[in-house]
Amino acid sequence: MKIHIKNGRLIDPASGTDTQQDLFIGAGKILALGAAPAGFNANRTIDAAGLTVCPGLVDLAVRLREPGFEYMATLESEMGAAIAGGVTSLACPPDTDPPLDEPGLVEMLKFRAKNLNQARVYPVGALTVGLKGEQLTEMGELIDAGCVAFSHADAPLTNTQLLLRALQYAATFDFAVWLRPQDAWLARSGVAHDGQVATRLGLPAIPVCAETVALETILLLVRETGARVHLCRLSSAQGVEMVRNARQLGCNISCDVAVHHAHLSEMDIGYFDPNCRLTPPLRSLRDRDALRAALADGTVAALCSDHAPVDDDAKQLPFDEAEAGATAVELLLPLALKWSEESQLPLAQGLARITCNPAHILGIDAGRIVAGGSADLCIFDPQRYWKVGPTTLNSQGKNTPLTGFEVKGKVCYTLIDGQIVYESK
Amino acid sequence: MFLNQNPQLNKNGELHHLLSIDGLPAAILQQILDTAQSFVGVTEREIKKVPLLRGKAIFNLFFEPSTRTRTTFEIAAKRLSADVINLAVNLSSHAKGESILDTVANLAAMQADMFVVRHASSGAPHLIARHVNPAIHVVNAGDGRHAHPTQALLDVFTIRHYKKDFTNLRIAIVGDILHSRVARSQIHALTTLGVPEIRVIAPRTLLPALVETLGVHVYHDMTKGLKNVDVVMMLRLQNERMQGAFLPSAQEYFKFYGLTADKLALAKPNAIVLHPGPMNRGVEIDSDVADGGQSVILPQVTFGIAIRMAVMGILAGN
Repeated sequence: MKIHIKNGRLIDPASGTDTQQDLFIGAGKILALGAAPAGFNANRTIDAAGLTVCPGLVDLAVRLREPGFEYMATLESEMGAAIAGGVTSLACPPDTDPPLDEPGLVEMLKFRAKNLNQARVYPVGALTVGLKGEQLTEMGELIDAGCVAFSHADAPLTNTQLLLRALQYAATFDFAVWLRPQDAWLARSGVAHDGQVATRLGLPAIPVCAETVALETILLLVRETGARVHLCRLSSAQGVEMVRNARQLGCNISCDVAVHHAHLSEMDIGYFDPNCRLTPPLRSLRDRDALRAALADGTVAALCSDHAPVDDDAKQLPFDEAEAGATAVELLLPLALKWSEESQLPLAQGLARITCNPAHILGIDAGRIVAGGSADLCIFDPQRYWKVGPTTLNSQGKNTPLTGFEVKGKVCYTLIDGQIVYESK
Repeated sequence: MFLNQNPQLNKNGELHHLLSIDGLPAAILQQILDTAQSFVGVTEREIKKVPLLRGKAIFNLFFEPSTRTRTTFEIAAKRLSADVINLAVNLSSHAKGESILDTVANLAAMQADMFVVRHASSGAPHLIARHVNPAIHVVNAGDGRHAHPTQALLDVFTIRHYKKDFTNLRIAIVGDILHSRVARSQIHALTTLGVPEIRVIAPRTLLPALVETLGVHVYHDMTKGLKNVDVVMMLRLQNERMQGAFLPSAQEYFKFYGLTADKLALAKPNAIVLHPGPMNRGVEIDSDVADGGQSVILPQVTFGIAIRMAVMGILAGN
């Protein structure tokens, strides 16, 4: 299928391109930018006038909920949600049931995902067997099966000796390790940021030091081992400051934040809104502003959705009993655009946080538009508003703190390997 | 989004549920106190009943054990001529895995008019209020560490009874603020009613983060914190906090934070002492003080009935 995308505003964050240019696609590749190649006859022409054409989005954390949590969401439903959100490559954390701790599970997931012909799925393998924090997984086998990195998801990892060994072992083979810094003891039984809202509502709290203590440990162990570590879901001003300082001292460590933490704070819990029960907890306004600034100055390279669909039964509970998480993969683009606009960044820079930067962290060739490269694209209307709600979300999870909000930026087409896999009605 | 609107008030700004003191205007608190005052007379009559809630069904839904609060709610409802149904949910359906909202929906189908709810999780009464048939009123009888509004109301009623005016008082709240729903509701009630100086006295392990944002002054030393106060509000120390990481021992807690006659002597001579009960004598309060002339602990219990009558009467009228 040959596709001609005309009249669009073409943005390639990796090269800084932001210009009105046509795109010509054939055989799954981008054939040319600007002028049509000789003898190009389009089977389909997309008129992208008024629309923005950018690389397909790359999301570092999308829970597909399979295997094990099919009552919350299925591979089909969440892969459908991903392409509706313009996401063409996604990493899925290992916190399934059973966790992604053996090659067979990873192969099965990759196989089933591939058969759907939708987003490219990059599993993140479990760092320890069963995510129990006791025994290392067969990392080499898991890499062969298709894992791109190893993580402990949100499972507690209390044994620092094991963490040291895991990083030493991963460093031996240059495997990437993704860690969410949280001290399991300091966070124990907490459900909200240790600040004025938790104090007022009487919610068991997670102090900022739960993040910073674990972060300091990780930074020291990275220095000790030279392991390639990516930090997931930073939540605090102090946390990003520590990463900024470490990077200035030459530590080559990357990090991401989730869309919710770039826009919301503890205040949004309001009167116990269980949709604001998230991991890590929403912190203070000051923390949120520091995360936004760190995302703007490059300390934080990537913005991810931290997509976690949850069924209603698990959310319609008192705040501390409610399951943590929110559906978000379809909100990645509009929330990135909102942050970018509010931060007065050029659009190309804003989009870099959800395209080429996360692709670089994943170590995959994606998130850019180059002649000869894969035609993974997201074409969106930057001016179109839509209301977040159960009827507008494709994800099986309908729970989000943003229900009822109008967001700006709607995906019109998603292309993977030159095929139109999503087209908005 | 709607979760940011005050869920306790109806369109006319009247009390529809009583979930927390936080967010209630002073006028509503005064209305409850004044109504309670009129019920104090009823409770002293030979026939202690008024027909205000005749034919209404009130469900006491206790997901967590309670004797005193449940009993006073029951007495209050009966004195208003309501039909009272007591459910210890922790022993029945909840233990069988039924969700809290299913339990409530089933009871609502039995033509309930009011739920009095106690739950171990902060915010559970809010959850119920949000999902229940809008004709039903919800009264929070204590949720997690969040709120215990009727306890705070009976405390301020007691204070008003003895001190008349809130706007010239200095009040100390002593003990485990961190885990206390009573303390949170007391603080909101006292600030709303215009008490100019509220002190909290506790070790750092028993204070929540940024507690001063609630409008209180923090003290760690009883001898400083009790100086010249008009009212001392003691809190109960839960058994499980007495040893472990929060405190080394009950003895050491008593040494630093137990209310003794010596320490009480630092307060104003006419200071009164409150305690929400049940008391741990010799842990947070010395028997001499608990049974002494400045203690108003037993009147608190009596006033608790009038306060709960007032709350249920006002809710049913709105």
